[in-house]
Amino acid sequence: MTHDDMLRSDNLPHEPEKATLEGKNKFLGFWFFLGGETVLFASLFGTYLALKNSFGGTEGVPTTELYGLELVFIMTVLLLTSSLTSVYAMYHMKNHDFKKMQLWLGVTVLLGLGFLGCEIYEFYHYVHEYHHTFTAHAFGSAFYTLVGFHGGHVVFGLLWITTLMIRNAKRGLNLYNAPKFYIASLYWHFIDVVWVFIFTVVYLMGKVA
Amino acid sequence: MSTHAAEKRGFGAVLWDYLTTVDHKKIAILYLIGGGFFFVLGGLEAMLIRIQLISPDNEFISAQFYNEVMTMHGTTMIFLAAMPLLFALMNAVVPLQIGARDVAFPFVNALGFWLFAFGGILLNLSWFVTGAPDAGWTAYAPLSIISPGHGVDFYAVGLQISGFGTLMAGINFIVTIINMRAPGMTYMRMPLFTWTTFVASILILFAFPALTVGLFEMTFDRLFGANFFKPEMGGNVIIWEHLFWIFGHPEVYILVLPAFGVFSEVIPTFSKKRLFGYSSMVFATVLIAFLGFMVWAHHMFTVGLGPIANSIFAVATMAIAVPTGIKIFNWLLTMWGGNIRITTPMLYALGFIPSFTIGGMTGVMLATAAADLQYHDSYFVVGHFHYVIVGGVVFGVLAGLTYWWPRMFGTMLDEKLGKWTFWLFFIGFHLTFFIQHFLGLMGMPRRYWKFLPDQGLDTGNLISTIGAFFMAAGAILFVWNIIITSVRNEKVSGDPWDARTLEWAIPNPTPEYNFKQIPLVRGLDPLWIEKMEGNGKMTPAEPLGDIHMPNSSFLPFMMSLGLFIAGIGVIFQVDNNSWWIVAIIGFAITLGTMFLRSIKDDLGYHIHKEDLEDKGAGVK
Repeated sequence: MTHDDMLRSDNLPHEPEKATLEGKNKFLGFWFFLGGETVLFASLFGTYLALKNSFGGTEGVPTTELYGLELVFIMTVLLLTSSLTSVYAMYHMKNHDFKKMQLWLGVTVLLGLGFLGCEIYEFYHYVHEYHHTFTAHAFGSAFYTLVGFHGGHVVFGLLWITTLMIRNAKRGLNLYNAPKFYIASLYWHFIDVVWVFIFTVVYLMGKVA
Repeated sequence: MSTHAAEKRGFGAVLWDYLTTVDHKKIAILYLIGGGFFFVLGGLEAMLIRIQLISPDNEFISAQFYNEVMTMHGTTMIFLAAMPLLFALMNAVVPLQIGARDVAFPFVNALGFWLFAFGGILLNLSWFVTGAPDAGWTAYAPLSIISPGHGVDFYAVGLQISGFGTLMAGINFIVTIINMRAPGMTYMRMPLFTWTTFVASILILFAFPALTVGLFEMTFDRLFGANFFKPEMGGNVIIWEHLFWIFGHPEVYILVLPAFGVFSEVIPTFSKKRLFGYSSMVFATVLIAFLGFMVWAHHMFTVGLGPIANSIFAVATMAIAVPTGIKIFNWLLTMWGGNIRITTPMLYALGFIPSFTIGGMTGVMLATAAADLQYHDSYFVVGHFHYVIVGGVVFGVLAGLTYWWPRMFGTMLDEKLGKWTFWLFFIGFHLTFFIQHFLGLMGMPRRYWKFLPDQGLDTGNLISTIGAFFMAAGAILFVWNIIITSVRNEKVSGDPWDARTLEWAIPNPTPEYNFKQIPLVRGLDPLWIEKMEGNGKMTPAEPLGDIHMPNSSFLPFMMSLGLFIAGIGVIFQVDNNSWWIVAIIGFAITLGTMFLRSIKDDLGYHIHKEDLEDKGAGVK
């Protein structure tokens, strides 16, 4: 395949993300990478569960009083919806409708930004209303590390998707960039799945413990 | 890429070539240089330890320096010597063994190397700055948290960076082996070295993130005021031990499985027989990897996890002896009735089998939880794991390097010197470590700077130190062998050992595209099948055509350099806030090069069919 064929937009097969060997490699490699990320978050969850409500000799607010489910519920809705919109984007990618793909990726980014805004407010609130900080006690360290790692992933995902959208805005979809869009959306789904676990293990279980 | 052409180029051009290369064969050489350097460094540290312990109450080095040397010996040997040397072999051989022109991710492969290199350099920079890490290679909290100075910070940040590189190398090999195999190269026809690389890479993928998290938590505790491992603030020091060993135990198999793979190539070649029990070898490899993930707490029997947990982990640990035993017997039965040639690689294989078996048996002793309370933290443990790591991994690396040297460099290491190296190293190894089991049983604790006279430990330690000098002599001889072989530069054929697998079907030197035409694989040991049927060479699976090649890139170097600079900034920002500027510059370099990589198209280039025909490369 020549370079021109790779960069044309009018010759796309049904699944352009897996049509080339490079695309297949990226697809598979990224799934494995997410497998490693799963262990990363599992380790963070393990640490969090071990140190939950662990204040040592310091004063701290326990999870039952600290967390408010209203804001977390809104955050969950925003992030779950963003996963759905990224599915729409990939649906349009497979049908070679670049403009609609960009549109739905744009919606995904906006929802992700909304989530991030809520999370920043949430952290601000905990620090200023409850003195629940990263350095106050082991529980604080474990909480901010787990939820912060997830938030960091959201930031990275937003930068990644935005970069891809702007970089390819003028030239449209081709066999070279389709795998890039696809694995970015995989990454976004993964972030969403991790959040489902954070919502359950951190917030819901935190309210009942 | 002929070495003849390389000689004509200036030093600068060669250097630039290696700084930007994405060719797995050159990355293998980079890993060999990097891993070899750190192996020598770790060896010097070992010699300092043994000289300090040559006699009771010795004052050769100070207690603090001893702690640093002891910590850095372990850390260097595991992370910066053994793994990169294995990666050198994997990069040099695996794509050739499966009939691939390249790895799946040439760019990521280069990035993996440079992250390892800069992580290792950062870790060793500590010697010149504030003193090296001094909390043992396991860096248990709270010792690692209260250790003054920046030594342990260098440990946490340096290993973090090199760990990222290892993870990337692992993913690259997994995808390469799944997606890039030649037609006919089914999973159950893959050479055992490819299989063990595959399984070890899966272990890397699932084990290293636990270390990543542990190192982050340690970094946060030491540099950012977090409290993971500070009990007075609600922290729990045992979390570190769990995370470290959830990584650390699979790490043992990450190291030793590829070494098993090397021997599974060497023994059939020099016995002129196919590997006995191939499918049970594959099964045993996978089973060892699987069990390897559920035995980590056998390092923690003395923590007090309770009799139930200790029993479960003890039984799981002993179970690993079963697949390992399968392997030992398969190697023995491969040799049975074979036409055995005692070459240097075969000598290492022959030395490996009894040595490693001793390491395995002391492993079962240690797995007995009740007895482990006696052995724990004694020289018995030191003896045990050196039998596993040196008797298994180092012998495997030396065998593999000797065996594949003609493939990597086109020349043969001197066999006479090679055998001298083996005997010096083998005798030295057993002198050094066999006696350590008994020193441990007599009560000598590991990691101590001194021992007292007249406690029955004097002679044993003297013997151990003498053995270490034998090993050092063997290592020097090996380096000397490399030097004279390079000076002589006598090229050999592409298949000097009369071997069985695909990597030997390529002419010497290996063309940059590996295979002019992708070969058709018709069974296990594909080259041997063709030899037996009188063809002598592989049948191509495709007509001659254009070959797609990846572009060289300087970005992997820059990305890793950025993290190196950022790491220094992060370590020193606790002393002075202005170090944040350094950290931010470092992160900006890394993120900036990642951004560049994302927006800049990198489509590679083609070697055209006509040029292939003109060059005549690949034609036998």
